[in-house]
Amino acid sequence: MKPAAPRTDTRKPRLTTSAMIASIAGEGQRTKPAPFGHTLVELAKEDGSILGMTADLGKYTDLHIFAQAFPDRYYQMGMAEQLLFGAASGLAAEGFTPIATTYAVFASRRAYDFIHQTIAEEDRNVKIACALPGLTSGYGPSHQATEDLALFRAMPNMVVIDPCDAHEIEQVVPAMVRHKGPVYMRLLRGQVPLVLDEYGYSFELGKAKLLRDGYEVLFISSGIMTMRALEAAKALVSDRIDAGVLHVPTIKPLDAATILACCAKPGRLVVVAENHTVIGGLGEAVAGLLMREGVHPAFHMVGLPDEFLAAGALPTLHDRYGISTEALRARVKGWLT
Amino acid sequence: MRTAPLGHNVSLERRAWNIRRHAILMGEVQGQGYIAQALDVADILATAYFHAMRYRPDDPAWEGRDRFLLSNGHYAIALYAALIEAGIIPEEELETYGSDESRLPMSGMASYTPGMEMSGGSLGLGLSIAVGKCLGLKRKGSDSRVYTLFSDGELDEGSVWEAIMSAAHYKLDNLIAIVDVNNQQADGPSTTVMGFEPLTEKLESFGWFVQRIDGNDLAAVRAAFDAAKAQHGQGKPSMIIADTLMGKGVPFLEAREKNHFIRVEAHEWRLALDALDERKPS
Repeated sequence: MKPAAPRTDTRKPRLTTSAMIASIAGEGQRTKPAPFGHTLVELAKEDGSILGMTADLGKYTDLHIFAQAFPDRYYQMGMAEQLLFGAASGLAAEGFTPIATTYAVFASRRAYDFIHQTIAEEDRNVKIACALPGLTSGYGPSHQATEDLALFRAMPNMVVIDPCDAHEIEQVVPAMVRHKGPVYMRLLRGQVPLVLDEYGYSFELGKAKLLRDGYEVLFISSGIMTMRALEAAKALVSDRIDAGVLHVPTIKPLDAATILACCAKPGRLVVVAENHTVIGGLGEAVAGLLMREGVHPAFHMVGLPDEFLAAGALPTLHDRYGISTEALRARVKGWLT
Repeated sequence: MRTAPLGHNVSLERRAWNIRRHAILMGEVQGQGYIAQALDVADILATAYFHAMRYRPDDPAWEGRDRFLLSNGHYAIALYAALIEAGIIPEEELETYGSDESRLPMSGMASYTPGMEMSGGSLGLGLSIAVGKCLGLKRKGSDSRVYTLFSDGELDEGSVWEAIMSAAHYKLDNLIAIVDVNNQQADGPSTTVMGFEPLTEKLESFGWFVQRIDGNDLAAVRAAFDAAKAQHGQGKPSMIIADTLMGKGVPFLEAREKNHFIRVEAHEWRLALDALDERKPS
């Protein structure tokens, strides 16, 4: 391969490192620090049943903020994810509300049977919050949880939430604690983008919300892809394409009524965009729903390919795999011409 | 504190015998079951439910109870027998064992059965749940204990050692674990499937209070439970390594070539019951 041509623009050179922890915030984007940790601390002041637990990833899941505020309500379980979730089940059985954190890859792949049997089957009130969901690390497949939604969707009793930004995380945390039963939440940590406050948005468990209407295209998205879909919709205005965005943060249970109503609007291209493999995530959930209910809009799925993804810098990878704002915009233009 | 539904003056020997009998009757219902394991742990369960533990038969979820976690879910037939003997499950339900709509499925699950604290089946789960329960009980200031029974085959599971490390780390002296060493697992003798000896030394080096006993010697089992209970406040979790004999109490099953899932012919259930009846304690 030829070396890349030297950059001629004067902006800060784009990062090209495959670091484990990388920011998903765009340059100059508004952010908020550790919304999960700070919200949890506020909530725990009111609710004495809340406990924090982690498997050697307190600092990297923003749970260290809870640990500092409530050191006697925090359990370090060591780098032992099976123990983490089994013990969380035991604490829940004794009436507590454990919030158990690790990386999404370890909860979904390494501890799946423990979550399935000791938490989901026993219907224990454990909240699982996992960092590095989908492609939010450039470290390689060991830390890229590209299939977590598919795995947890398939688990009975499990509620699955994929929040978009800091504004939403602040509302998801109290909502999932109010819900009695197991919840899996994709966690954005560190400096988390702040987007949805501009849309007067409020999170409701199990509800999809139309953030922006559009005549020609409807993006259906969750997690950080809602942020990308909103940016793409703005950019598409200059291409004279009118695109709307339906945000679906609760992957399970799916808000079938809202999705069907939005997709039944005639003549609109539906594009499901997700930070997840195209297998078994939001795209296939929506496709299955539309097929079962006889609603047949023109339909495309944007998601990660069914392959082990490369290591590299996130912006590079998001472009390569088609989930950056620019890639999203280009694909929609291609489908419409 | 606990009250025996059939009177206070029933001997432990008789409790263990009754548990074996309930288990054989359930085995006969389905014509199959992990009967050899049920017979080998009957003495341990009799001691747990009629000597060591605190519970209320008419209120299995009573907050002040001691918790019993059956990690080896395939031993459910044995625990159901103990729960029947303890008056937590009505004896009539024995006939439903393993049938459609029964509260007594072949593999033990918390969601099905009163008195069943966890869902087993997948092995190596119990000790991790026990760690969480012990932490929770300590948080609540409860003096209840957590008992968990698991099998020697489960020692192969890495999660068991994760839990063993953490129980010592958190000084869970309200935890009493019992490992049933019958030296049989699915693929053969446990010691040849994956060697786990010297087990006492291993567990002691992990920071546990360890006792190794003949798990079919009731006096020894009782003394071990007493010593483990006396550890409360001493800062160490307790492990009772119980060497047991598969099929204990029914000589022709004891002598049968050892198997994880022994074959019992239809007519043999009655023979097993007869053999047991001949050894009925007073």
